[in-house]
Amino acid sequence: MTARVLVPKEVKRGAPFPVRIAIQHVMETGFRYDLFGKPIPKNVVNTLVCRYDGVEVFRAEMGSGIAANPYLQFYTVAGKSGELEFSWVDDAGVEGSERVMVTVVP
Amino acid sequence: MTVRREAGGGRRVPLAALLVVAFHASAAEPQRAIAPSALRSGVSFAGADVRAMQADEFANPGMLWVERGAKLWRASSGPEKSCSACHGDAAASMKGVAARYPAWDAAGKRVLTLDARINACRVGQQSLPALALESDDLLGLSAYVAAQSRGVPVKITIDERAAPAFERARALYYRRIGQFNLSCAQCHEQSWGKRIYRETVSQGHGTGYPGYRLDWQAFGSLERRLRACYSGVRAEMPDYGSAELAELQLYLAWRAEGLPVEAPGVRR
Amino acid sequence: MTRSRIAVARRRFLQSCGALVVWPTLARAQEADALPALVEKLTGAKAPRDGKVTLDIPRIADNGNAVPLKVKIESAMTAQDHVKTVHLIAEKNPRPLVAAFFLGPHSGKAEIDTRIRLNGTQRVVAVATMADGSQWRGIAEVDVAESACYDATNP
Repeated sequence: MTARVLVPKEVKRGAPFPVRIAIQHVMETGFRYDLFGKPIPKNVVNTLVCRYDGVEVFRAEMGSGIAANPYLQFYTVAGKSGELEFSWVDDAGVEGSERVMVTVVP
Repeated sequence: MTVRREAGGGRRVPLAALLVVAFHASAAEPQRAIAPSALRSGVSFAGADVRAMQADEFANPGMLWVERGAKLWRASSGPEKSCSACHGDAAASMKGVAARYPAWDAAGKRVLTLDARINACRVGQQSLPALALESDDLLGLSAYVAAQSRGVPVKITIDERAAPAFERARALYYRRIGQFNLSCAQCHEQSWGKRIYRETVSQGHGTGYPGYRLDWQAFGSLERRLRACYSGVRAEMPDYGSAELAELQLYLAWRAEGLPVEAPGVRR
Repeated sequence: MTRSRIAVARRRFLQSCGALVVWPTLARAQEADALPALVEKLTGAKAPRDGKVTLDIPRIADNGNAVPLKVKIESAMTAQDHVKTVHLIAEKNPRPLVAAFFLGPHSGKAEIDTRIRLNGTQRVVAVATMADGSQWRGIAEVDVAESACYDATNP
């Protein structure tokens, strides 16, 4: 799945900075029917985890009430320069991941 | 046709030259129903949230398809050339391209939309199969190419070869269709700015497409939006890739001349 | 009938009229009470306090398929005093629990943006559970209407 992540170019040590992620995913509710009248099974990105230097800093458990092509912005405190790693999984078990470098300035 | 003499004597112009001028004048510039200064993009009729979503480069869901297209632009599987092999950096080579589509295809003698042009390139230059119309891959490439023209004013060319298609599309625009018996003009020329249920009718330009429509929960082409309009008046929808839709897009681009390309747009 | 029996009958009649007047008010009160029970069922919060939680969400949604929202919770986000979880509830959605977000002192700021689906006009509630176990809520009402024109290209 296509995904985009965005963090500021540089962040000040100790300050919280915004982290943005957008994932291309239909977030199928399970309430729709196909052209033949068969129900389309529910399939949403149900869990998203963000780790900063290996430590979990954010987790989202989502349902069909989150809009298609889910978009999230949250904050995390700038520690040392390192990698923000995102991983997520949908109801069908398909996993996705993305990573971005964070540059921390004193 | 009368031959007018210029005031104050004037020079005599050969009759043949006058005939040529008259032909071009009648074929090139029909009356515009909305004055260029009164043109407004669909985004100005949308709610604050839709406008904010389009303006925010990251939150704009259409950018997911632009990103997909960027990857496809560079991808080459095996011996086939990638788009970048011929066109290089799209930011340079594709700037302004979407603003002058649809265009007349002299070889195929038809109106070519940008999506059709992309497929023509794949088949003709890259020896690759055409991408399915309205597929995520084609929408991605379309979004990526169109995004390179963001902000560029629409300006298409309609010469004598394209004139019959243009006239057909213009007749269609003013024709009542569907069970609701409505023409495009009745909403988008006579009633733009008025409310229909909770929404405001736009001028129907299509400069926000290809774009993300909240109602679709997906990214789509102008063709899909036009088909939605047909269904809105309970008319049979023309097929994707049909000449009728391509020609209608040509007419709409002429109507929208001067408005900037907004792809990837966001609409409700 | 004796005078006392008439009096009793009249009293009973007047009482029953009174009950008829009271009944619609009770019904309205019961409708308003459904939300707290739903919140408790989904978050365990028995009586979350109003305050600290702000829901930035449009009063009128452009389209119920994607309504942007921002949840902001006043908190220093220190080791002792921080937001642990944020629950998002849409009272009339077929699955009212929209999402749960897990934060901590490393979050620095308790502010989350996302886009949600709303199945018609309803209230959205955000419930924040703090490190000390206290729970706070913010409520917003959103007007959601159907699309004006039918779109057959929608699957």
